[in-house]
Amino acid sequence: MAALSSTPITTATAASSRSRIFWKKVKKYRALLLMTLPGLAYLIMNNYIPMYGVILAFKDLNYVQGIWGSPWAGTGNFKFLFHSPDAYLITRNTILYNAAFIVVNLVLALLAALLVNEIKERAITRFYQSTFLLPHIISMVVVAYLVYSFLNVDSGLVNRQIAKWFGAGAISWYNEPAYWPYILVVVNAWKNVGYLAIIYFAAIIGIDKEYYEAATIDGASKWRQMTRITLPLIAPVIIVMTLLAISSIMRSDFGLFYQVPMNSGPLLPTTNTIDTYVYRAMIMRGDIGMSAAAGFYQSVVCFVLILGANLAVRRISKEDALF
Amino acid sequence: MPLAARMRIPLIHLFFWLFTIASLLPFLLVFMVSITDESSILQQGYALIPSKLNFAAYRFLFNDFSQIARSYGVTILVTLIGTVASVLITALFAYPLSRRDLPLRRTLSFLLFFTMLFSGGMVPWYITYVTMIGLKNTLLAMIIPNLLLSAFNVLLMRSFFAGTIPESVVESGTIDGASELTVFLKLVVPLSAPIMATIGLFNLLAYWNDWYNCMLFVDTPGLMNIQYLMTKTLNNVQFLIMKAETSSQAGELIASMPTETVRMALAMIGIAPLLVAYPFFQKYYISGITSGAVKG
Repeated sequence: MAALSSTPITTATAASSRSRIFWKKVKKYRALLLMTLPGLAYLIMNNYIPMYGVILAFKDLNYVQGIWGSPWAGTGNFKFLFHSPDAYLITRNTILYNAAFIVVNLVLALLAALLVNEIKERAITRFYQSTFLLPHIISMVVVAYLVYSFLNVDSGLVNRQIAKWFGAGAISWYNEPAYWPYILVVVNAWKNVGYLAIIYFAAIIGIDKEYYEAATIDGASKWRQMTRITLPLIAPVIIVMTLLAISSIMRSDFGLFYQVPMNSGPLLPTTNTIDTYVYRAMIMRGDIGMSAAAGFYQSVVCFVLILGANLAVRRISKEDALF
Repeated sequence: MPLAARMRIPLIHLFFWLFTIASLLPFLLVFMVSITDESSILQQGYALIPSKLNFAAYRFLFNDFSQIARSYGVTILVTLIGTVASVLITALFAYPLSRRDLPLRRTLSFLLFFTMLFSGGMVPWYITYVTMIGLKNTLLAMIIPNLLLSAFNVLLMRSFFAGTIPESVVESGTIDGASELTVFLKLVVPLSAPIMATIGLFNLLAYWNDWYNCMLFVDTPGLMNIQYLMTKTLNNVQFLIMKAETSSQAGELIASMPTETVRMALAMIGIAPLLVAYPFFQKYYISGITSGAVKG
């Protein structure tokens, strides 16, 4: 009897003393907790309210009744989206472009990182690093200008100078969707390979020099050292970077697909991605329901992919996992 | 030594010279076009070596510089306010999270981290800012949405605080009776100059290069930043003179405008500050990305 009656009391006091300790701690650390408030408020405004806003994808929005008053559309927006040919096209473009970017950028960046490591003069490696990082720091608007200076139909460098060397005629680049998969892969590599190369190079520099000294004494060639020492030792970095890229395979660089093709209508079959589609559906066609549905579809697939990628990273090297 | 071994280093240098040329050539082309004579472009197209020099495009732009100056003003103002505010808010959020004994630390970390995993998408985000907060056509629209705080930067700064600020520093401060805020401002911030500079540089570039927020939230020419002015002008070079008072005046201006070169001259004016500053900050930028990546 005694045991029965005392248990709830002790747990109650334990709980209340736990909460007392907690509130005492909160009071003690109130200055620190207050410091987080601006950031927290920002996350609520910029991230959490829009997360709640995903219900827009299930609504038939009209501005008179507002977001909350508008009638529910059920899965109507999604049905409409997935019955249109656009859904397949934008998903295919987004995934295939990203797949090409991942492979091309990885190969070029690794090559550059391995080669720059062979140069012993530090001043020269620094010079190379800073020149090939330059494309990374400029905006996509500037990239669009640079591409335009090559591809402008009437006076661009390609049509007016380079075509002459090959005896080719002028091509109306901004009206011919067939060329753009190649153009965009090149432009993306131009902009991002330097950045990736620097990350891989930093990983290579971190390798203990003793491995190479031992290998040289044993008579291993440079090529053997590269494939047997350098690559295996930076493999975790390569795997993590690549898995992260794969986890965002449903997201696209809006600027690359919007600015660089100069928002040209005839190019849409090969330049429209989920992000540009959502933007155009919302701003130009005012179709809130369907653009929200496309955005929701993207977010959910991304979420699943990130969880999957993280699981894979945990398997490979635990300390590199995101969570 | 066999030939292949002797050629190894020169070949590597050749590879990097090609890389370097590929990086720089497009900038050179745009610059060269901007100082070429308009009529020689009509005849021969863009060329890396102008057949006839002419600075008419720059004269044309400087003749009515008000829109460009205005857009530059917007960009500079937004970049300054945005960079300072974002570094401040990032540090204020990151520092408490770096303190192991903070109550609610796990909850706060999770709220931050979850934003990296899931987003509501662009549509509800846009509608939140336009209808609930009313940011349309304000300077704040170019400062706040998405740019003010990045979860990644908070995590970067948190691990810097956790890794480089010795707990004894914080303890000695609090034992001496200093408040947490004083400890943060007087002891932690001075020790954290490298990470503040790195995050500041990242944010500065993000604000300077931003056109996305301007495109979404701004449609009055008086509030357009330089990147968005460049976007508008690339698609329609006449955008630059659209605000001319009368249509006859506008017609005259269009007739006198060297369209091809003006576009590229505007691009040069837009890129110039970054290109000039780049040699000075590239070292810090490179060490910033590598320090962030070494963990990742």
